[in-house]
Amino acid sequence: MDFTYDDEQQALRDAVRGLLATAYADHEARRRTVADDPGFDRGLWGRLAEMGLLGLPFSEADGGVGAGPVEIGIVCQELGRVLAPEPYLAAVVHAGGLVAAVGTPEQKADLLGRLSSGEVLLAAADTSPGGRWASSADGVRASVSGGSWTLDGVADPVIAGESADVLVVTAALPDDGGTGVFLVDASDVTRSGYAAADLTRAATVRFDDSAASPLGEPGRDVAPSIATISDLTRILGANQALGVMQSQVRATTEYLRSRQQFGVTLNTFQALTFRAADMYVSLELAHSTVDWATMTIAGGDRRAVADAADRVGLQVSRAARHIGQEAIQLHGGIGMTAEYAVGVGTAHLAVLEQWLGNADHHLARLADRVTDHEMVEAV
Amino acid sequence: MQLELSPADAEFRTRMREFFTTKVSQEIRDAVLEGRHLTRDQTVEAQRTLNAEGLAVPHWPVEWGGQDWTELQRHLWHEEMQRAGVPTPLAFNASMIGPVIAHFGTQEQKERFLPATANLDIWWSQGFSEPDAGSDLASLRTTAVRDGDDWVVNGQKTWTTLGQHGDWIFTLVRTDPEVKKQAGISMLLIDMTTPGVEVRPIELIDGGHEVNEVWFSDVRVPGDLLVGELNGGWTIAKFLLGNERVGVAPVGATKRALAALKANAGPLMDDPLVRARVAELETSLLALELTALRVVAHSSDGAPHPASSVLKLRGTELQQAVSELALDLAGPASIAARAGDDSPQEGWARRSAPTYLNLRKASIYGGSNEIQRQIIARTILGL
Repeated sequence: MDFTYDDEQQALRDAVRGLLATAYADHEARRRTVADDPGFDRGLWGRLAEMGLLGLPFSEADGGVGAGPVEIGIVCQELGRVLAPEPYLAAVVHAGGLVAAVGTPEQKADLLGRLSSGEVLLAAADTSPGGRWASSADGVRASVSGGSWTLDGVADPVIAGESADVLVVTAALPDDGGTGVFLVDASDVTRSGYAAADLTRAATVRFDDSAASPLGEPGRDVAPSIATISDLTRILGANQALGVMQSQVRATTEYLRSRQQFGVTLNTFQALTFRAADMYVSLELAHSTVDWATMTIAGGDRRAVADAADRVGLQVSRAARHIGQEAIQLHGGIGMTAEYAVGVGTAHLAVLEQWLGNADHHLARLADRVTDHEMVEAV
Repeated sequence: MQLELSPADAEFRTRMREFFTTKVSQEIRDAVLEGRHLTRDQTVEAQRTLNAEGLAVPHWPVEWGGQDWTELQRHLWHEEMQRAGVPTPLAFNASMIGPVIAHFGTQEQKERFLPATANLDIWWSQGFSEPDAGSDLASLRTTAVRDGDDWVVNGQKTWTTLGQHGDWIFTLVRTDPEVKKQAGISMLLIDMTTPGVEVRPIELIDGGHEVNEVWFSDVRVPGDLLVGELNGGWTIAKFLLGNERVGVAPVGATKRALAALKANAGPLMDDPLVRARVAELETSLLALELTALRVVAHSSDGAPHPASSVLKLRGTELQQAVSELALDLAGPASIAARAGDDSPQEGWARRSAPTYLNLRKASIYGGSNEIQRQIIARTILGL
């Protein structure tokens, strides 16, 4: 039982923090980056690759680093701290995770090495218009003819879908055969990119008789693997949200100490300091849950990971609403502006939540299982 | 980062669980598990069972019956005890005055009081709060005036929990009215059978007799019952209240209460709204328990971790929330709170309204939750 980082993990955190501090020393740098295509800093992406961060989750045999979930969580937290728009969660954790979970040895060796080196960018297309966090695909259908597979339908939102080289697509298999995962070259689809609420990029991706390579064994239903990768992404996304919330609590307390009204600093007013104290309570409870969920991944039990994803999804969604909203309120008008990181952080939290699964979704899943146990065991 | 307990800690937990579930009276544990009140004799019996095994006061110095455990082991001891329905050792003895005497007392005081305190041969009461000194404890007005070798005490204490059972009371008294209010306070130990001590019951909104007023009229207290330095009482009070805060995050007991409620709820558990409320509470309790584990893992020298304020604040909120759910699930049956034993309503449902009302105290005692927010804002956030 240990909730602390070892020396190597601390060194990793310091290194990532140092690199990101150079790239996003102030919020203005992020504003400039998201305003231009492709919506993130390709130079920074290359440096993340050089540091080995893009290959953290993947085995050395596949061209990765073979690090554990705690290390990946550290990177996600640091990205969250500065609201980095780089599609690490989408491309590495989610899309890369699908390839690692479902792909053949040849597919993994081919794609994950190039993903790790920054040579190729992946995006996961697993949601169709109206879709809500399901591991079964209903908006994209797969067909097979003479051994050749094609896809038809629409995926949206596809996070980082605009700049991806290869799309990792979940699609309904023929004859109600479940859900498969396919690799589709970006040149075989029609894409229209847009900015999400937090100014990171997403896309609508249309498949029209698009050539597709089955990931792993052709025609096999891999819905359980898709669900597990969504759970892992949920947990690592909670790490990213934690980084955002830590920055918001820090910025809010600094603001209360420095901002003057009525001739005194705002921390003179107990109505405000008590609300900051409540934000801290939410933050610490979320932090403990994030650490626990991240450590649960290492145990390797799918059901335990699914449960951890739901609990951290619920706890962090509640914390994100509380902290994100109060951070804006306690800043006043400045918190509403695009030039200030605090309010944009709240936008980022909202996007993470609705992308990965919101509180109602996770609560419904937990409520379904609530009579399966006498009590929830932490250890 | 490592989630599993080490083999040694896992073995420790098993040993605790086995002792608590097999060696402590089933009748007493059933009473705790069902949320019924314990008699004085039951509380004493349970503590003596623990003390005989060295499990009543593990956080005391080893020479006075403590155990050389890690913070995590203390946490596991506390959680397993709550889980098994074993009444936790009387807080006034085990968590409050015992550590104070061990730290500040004379050798004579230690020998006289510590073994009897651990074994609950002496039942201690707490004489801190006064009608005009609640959260602002330092404004207390009960006086102790020197007369020869003795002190003569006059004044009134209030909210004295279980004072009707008390043998002795540890008090904060004003020994110097001329200086800054914190600087003129001392701690005196007072035998409650001394002439001039009067305990008067206060009836609470749940109908129970849990707290009392304690009046002192020219009570003579021998001089050797002063603890620590003359006018050093405020330092002792801060030491004691710091320990108290750590003890008031009732994670295990609240988890157990929620589990019992699920079992009692029967077909109500088919209601999706009820299921959602339970699932939300279970997740909140998990987050609290994990935070408690983070705090114990980071506390090294026994000093309270700053985040222990989070535990008190959130722990009491969740304790109250579970009691509200119980009230809502009981529904009309909760109205039969004070019906006789021939009531057709189930016991848990009849107890739900008094429990709900009683637990409003949880966010007031041990440093009210507003005081906890103040601590977080000042000492953690620097506001």
